[in-house]
Amino acid sequence: MTTQSAYSSDSPEVKKSRRRRLLRDTRRAWLYIAPAGILMLIITFVPQVFQWWMSLTDFEITNLRYNPLISSSAEFRPEYSYYEGTVFGYDVSHIPGIGNFVRILKSELPIQDYYFPRLLFFNIFWTVSNVVLHAGIGILIALALNYKNLLGQKVYRALFIIPWAIPGMVSATVWTNMFHDRFGAVNQVIDIFNQALFLNIPDTTRWLAQVDNEGLLAWLPMSYFAALMTNVWLGWPFMAVVATGALQSIPGEMYEAADIDGATSWQKFWRITLPLLRPAMVPAIMLGTIWTFNQFNIIYFVTNGGPKGRTEILVTQAYKLIFTQRLYGIGAAFSIVVFFILLFFTLTQNRITRATESYDA
Amino acid sequence: MLRTALLIIVAIIAVLTVYGLVFIKNQKKKRAFLTQLGVQIFLLFITAIVMFPVFWIVTMSLEPAGFSKPLDLKLIPTNVSFDAYRKILVEPWIRFCSNPAKPETCMTFGRLLLNSLLVSLGTSIFAVIIGSSAAYAFSRFKFIGRQTGMLGFIILLMLPAVATVGPLFVLFNSVPIGDETLRKTLLGLAIAYASSVLPFAVWNLKGYFDTIPKELEEAALIDGASPAQSFIRIILPLSLPAMAVTVLFGFMTGWTEFALAWLFLESPQRYTLAMALTSMIGERTIPWNEFAAMSIVMSMPVVFFFFLMQRWIISGLTIGGVKG
Repeated sequence: MTTQSAYSSDSPEVKKSRRRRLLRDTRRAWLYIAPAGILMLIITFVPQVFQWWMSLTDFEITNLRYNPLISSSAEFRPEYSYYEGTVFGYDVSHIPGIGNFVRILKSELPIQDYYFPRLLFFNIFWTVSNVVLHAGIGILIALALNYKNLLGQKVYRALFIIPWAIPGMVSATVWTNMFHDRFGAVNQVIDIFNQALFLNIPDTTRWLAQVDNEGLLAWLPMSYFAALMTNVWLGWPFMAVVATGALQSIPGEMYEAADIDGATSWQKFWRITLPLLRPAMVPAIMLGTIWTFNQFNIIYFVTNGGPKGRTEILVTQAYKLIFTQRLYGIGAAFSIVVFFILLFFTLTQNRITRATESYDA
Repeated sequence: MLRTALLIIVAIIAVLTVYGLVFIKNQKKKRAFLTQLGVQIFLLFITAIVMFPVFWIVTMSLEPAGFSKPLDLKLIPTNVSFDAYRKILVEPWIRFCSNPAKPETCMTFGRLLLNSLLVSLGTSIFAVIIGSSAAYAFSRFKFIGRQTGMLGFIILLMLPAVATVGPLFVLFNSVPIGDETLRKTLLGLAIAYASSVLPFAVWNLKGYFDTIPKELEEAALIDGASPAQSFIRIILPLSLPAMAVTVLFGFMTGWTEFALAWLFLESPQRYTLAMALTSMIGERTIPWNEFAAMSIVMSMPVVFFFFLMQRWIISGLTIGGVKG
């Protein structure tokens, strides 16, 4: 925007040549993007269009035989879904295609323990708590590793990459086992700490089955904490690596100058380190938010949504709708709801951070 | 055993703290010593948490055959046995046979590994080649639709793919390859995976390209190089760290994905290691020692690559990094 206004007094010839250059660059740029763009269009976009259409219908397993390109399969064509009833007092029974969406949002699906507001709230809470811990712990450890005279720096750096390198599905299954209430390693370690340090932490927690808690977090089952621990364990190294890269690119002279001006280490952290970490951390956090929001493996393998569907997130619910209940239409509608929620998240974040700006913009 | 170790550690920390506080007189040295001690305690604590599940699973993999469930906490195995490793590495996989009656038609570890390598390497190479070309355009040209295009890639990442597997199945099924369809081949899997790695590839490579000074290219252009030449001769060689990270990401996707693979592949001859691992969890009585051994065998190459490329990973991970 600023470039346009700055040159608005230029002569028509200059404007014309600039426009010509823009058009040439546009053509050239899209040529470079074409292979990736076309692949994404075919592999991701076309099935997505199909999915959007499915979301408007009562798509069930028999409808899988329907192929829009083969006319003889027309008898398997699904019907548009209607909602017999009212929304905010309006009769919507004559509007085709909205049935799945209304039933999802009004929590009227034929599955157990389904309540949309709780599902959405838990999904957001799960994402935020994970990303905050990932980024916080990641930055903290990156700072510790960046300590100038640290002994064993290389060894730590090598070891700390392990949780990231182990395939997520493997870590998820291993942790599930460690949370077993009687034989699991977590409770046994708590027991050892209790005996050695004369503490009294409960060591018989039924991590994956306990429904009720006490106090402020009563609405969170213990399995949330189990899944959180697992996901934090495997998620922070990514953030730590991003933060380390950013820390290494901060010129040492900045700190020297701050030293001369008599800044305390606390001031140096808030005025130099954190602001310069921001440009690298913001896109990482943005990506992390999307990944965590749609993080299927951890919830599916560690809690499987239990107990009583309290730790279900949107993707695991959509997966169950499709692969166990075979409700393809509702599952598709579910995915689209997830998409709009994430789109809202990302556009907001993008507005704040301007991560899509190009190099010299 | 563990309790004694814990008490010893607490005692050592106490002694060192007292030593630092009381016996070091020089203020500057005292401060350096205590900071070092604090950071070391913190990092050792993190190391313990990081390594704990790793030790646990190594121990489990060394249990003898007939081992059913980990009953008590052992971090050092008592009777070491390599049964589990022998079973998964040497013996044929009786779960995956074209003809269950004949053991020679069963999959072996070597063939599972070969399939996994083909899919993973195919995914990563494909993604990095077409991803870098798109990233170059986003980083270097000012053009109509740049913001939209860039967001377009990340928006595709946001669309949950759960319900798209059906349409993708139909789509791949309609592409014939020889006397079968793309859906049943490893190539089809690699293409599908590559499209899921691309958004990351484009964003990460664009971020790194942004950090390469434009002057280098301008000099080449003045010397008469075309933009394509300057991209291949100047930008790509300077971007090796970011390319390596992108390859690693693509590799990991292909290496660990199992859901789509189970749905698409039919012949056991094409099954991958990730499928083999998940098939163990699905069984009624999970063979824990074999599962642990398999987990370790599968994690090893990835961990090895991470170690090998460690320096590059730190500098090469620049997802959308904006130059300030």
